[in-house]
Amino acid sequence: METLLKLIVFLPLLGAILAGLGGTAVFRYIGSAPPVQDAHDDDDGHHHHHYDGPRWPMLLTTALLMVTAVLSWIAFFDVISGNTYKVVLMEWVRSGEMTASWALRVDTLTAVMLVVVTTVSALVHLYSLGYMSHDPHQPRFFSYLSLFTFAMLMLVTSDNLLQMFFGWEGVGLASYLLIGFWYNRDSANAAAIKAFVVNRVGDFGFALGIFAAFVLFGSIEFDPIFAAAGEMQGKTLTFLGWEVPALELVALLLFMGAMGKSAQFLLHTWLPDAMEGPTPVSALIHAATMVTAGVFLVARMSPVYELAPFTQDVVVVIGAITAFFAATVGLVQNDIKRIIAYSTCSQLGYMFVAMGIGAYGVGMFHLFTHAFFKALLFLGAGSAIHAMSDEQDIWRMGGLKNYIPRTYAMMLIGTLALTGFPFTAGYFSKDAIIEAAFAAHEPLAMTAFWLLVVAALFTSFYSWRLMLVVFHGKPRASRETLARVHESPLVMMLPLYVLALGALFAGWLFKDWFIGAAEAEFWGAALYRAADNDIVQALHHVPAWVVWSPFVMMVIGFSVAVLFYVVKTDLPEKLATALRPLYLFLLNKWYFDELYDWLFVRPAFAFGRLFWKVGDQKIIDGLGPNGVAARVLNLGSITSRLQSGYVYHYAFAMLLGIAGLLTWLMMGG
Amino acid sequence: MAIGLAHFLTVAAILFTIGVFGIFLNRKNVIVILMSVELMLLAVNINLVAFSAHLGDLMGQVFSLLVLTVAAAEAAIGLAILVVYYRNRGSIAVDDINTMKG
Repeated sequence: METLLKLIVFLPLLGAILAGLGGTAVFRYIGSAPPVQDAHDDDDGHHHHHYDGPRWPMLLTTALLMVTAVLSWIAFFDVISGNTYKVVLMEWVRSGEMTASWALRVDTLTAVMLVVVTTVSALVHLYSLGYMSHDPHQPRFFSYLSLFTFAMLMLVTSDNLLQMFFGWEGVGLASYLLIGFWYNRDSANAAAIKAFVVNRVGDFGFALGIFAAFVLFGSIEFDPIFAAAGEMQGKTLTFLGWEVPALELVALLLFMGAMGKSAQFLLHTWLPDAMEGPTPVSALIHAATMVTAGVFLVARMSPVYELAPFTQDVVVVIGAITAFFAATVGLVQNDIKRIIAYSTCSQLGYMFVAMGIGAYGVGMFHLFTHAFFKALLFLGAGSAIHAMSDEQDIWRMGGLKNYIPRTYAMMLIGTLALTGFPFTAGYFSKDAIIEAAFAAHEPLAMTAFWLLVVAALFTSFYSWRLMLVVFHGKPRASRETLARVHESPLVMMLPLYVLALGALFAGWLFKDWFIGAAEAEFWGAALYRAADNDIVQALHHVPAWVVWSPFVMMVIGFSVAVLFYVVKTDLPEKLATALRPLYLFLLNKWYFDELYDWLFVRPAFAFGRLFWKVGDQKIIDGLGPNGVAARVLNLGSITSRLQSGYVYHYAFAMLLGIAGLLTWLMMGG
Repeated sequence: MAIGLAHFLTVAAILFTIGVFGIFLNRKNVIVILMSVELMLLAVNINLVAFSAHLGDLMGQVFSLLVLTVAAAEAAIGLAILVVYYRNRGSIAVDDINTMKG
């Protein structure tokens, strides 16, 4: 079993190394000039790239991921039968009291993440075989994907905060590389840098949280931290001159990291821009796995969070605001991938609400089901984009259901699951979060409950809006584009079918384990709940109107979407005109980019310019090298003026010299 | 009033000074500079002869004859250089001769 766990983690790394080093052009043409490839445009300006390199890097990484996914499912079923594993690979850091080793900690929580990560990753690899088949840099792409998978597996199997931070930064790096994969696009580079920089803000908090945990517990390994968490209640730490409750501080700082990685309110701005990356990347990293790392972190640290009630309230508030905020923005976006991106942001907010009210299993359940249907939606959107010759504006699509019926069916399944249609995956997990928020019986959780219900309405509306505008109605694309519309190849459809199965049945199959009767046994010691935390039982005993409210919201959202985009298609236009300020407010994403631009970016630029123009150029260069050089030049030009070239000047100087010499001889001699 | 050594030396000093100023204040012609140099040499000669008479030592007068010879040679060479310079440059105005300017 231990070998199997090692294989799960390191096979993707092996694939990444082999494909990255052996498959890319850099090493293929080592020592010789690569042949010049010029992309020639065809008649209507589409670039047609060709890939003439070897196929093995793509096939190898995909095959390795397939193996990893199968092994993960084996490990999953082994772990839920009651086993937990801790495989110590080697010692990493030993410094004074601090020790950290490379270890694989596999309990139910990790096992759930393992199957989510490897399954979606394997499917995305497979999908990319078709989606990226014309790209000239495919080996690099697959190498990055596998590298990402490795880093994510490192993150979820970590046994201490330091290894988790390693994985955390690893997935951040892979995300950066993949968002900026098409590096000759300015927008992709800008988005990659934005994602990296915004994540640094969160990671700063995460790092501080690790330091605080070490100060408090004297260890960064999970087991000592969890064992000692109870004793640390009531202790305080001095932070920025304040005496603050120690556990709250650790939990808050770690949550700051989670906010960055999971694109929560205030640190969410990078996620929609990250859609500049290839669509499989959006499905894998920015929907199913990496962005859920924050949720995983909170679940993993549940023994600490459970004892930090204030931080839990913060988590609830941030989660609920994110769920609501992102859903409102999703209502009016016009880019198919951005709509789904805001949807992801919103669903992550749901998960955090569940974490904040102590329903860790429910949050993990939504993470699990969300990975399937959101990856399905993204890959389906990618299939539509692929069919429409890289068009992403939903208003230039329309009527696609007759052209690409299979993609339509898959998107329909994804949408049903996302909106919580009965007995699909989202119905079990999302509704459970809403019910849990009600069952928590706290004023804050009640507010969150209402925000989540409204967000469910918005979710339904924007999802059906996307479906109706893209797949129904009259085709709005140009005739040339329509002539080229084609259903994606089987290699791209197959992952969709598998994910669709997950989106349909993952909730129904796993609900008893994750949140149902077998829940306590399933999670075992992986999730900690305080003795008085019975939220998971309580959520099954909420009033009927609470149970029905998400369903009603879904129906209302659907009806309004039908009304707006099928029955009276001029209504949205009129509404947007009537409520123009509100419409613009939503269209511009609550003006967050502008706000941050004004608040952080411009001052940063101003500071930079100040240090550059004044500090560096004027003071350092001015007084230093340039100043000295200028003074020497001045002196030189003054002395060179003595050299007039006139004989009588030299003669005069000679005479003065002689007079001076004589005077000195006579006086001094 | 007897003409003494001091008078000779004064004349010589005046001549020498005129020579010096001739060099510095002259802006027109290199020949004037040569003439000024000549004037300074003559001033020195007067000194030599005056001291020779005053001290009763002929060596001074012999030395002045040597100076005269050298001065004649120097004038010949100087004028020759000037002629060549004029052919090359078309001018022997002092202000035009500044090719040594740094």
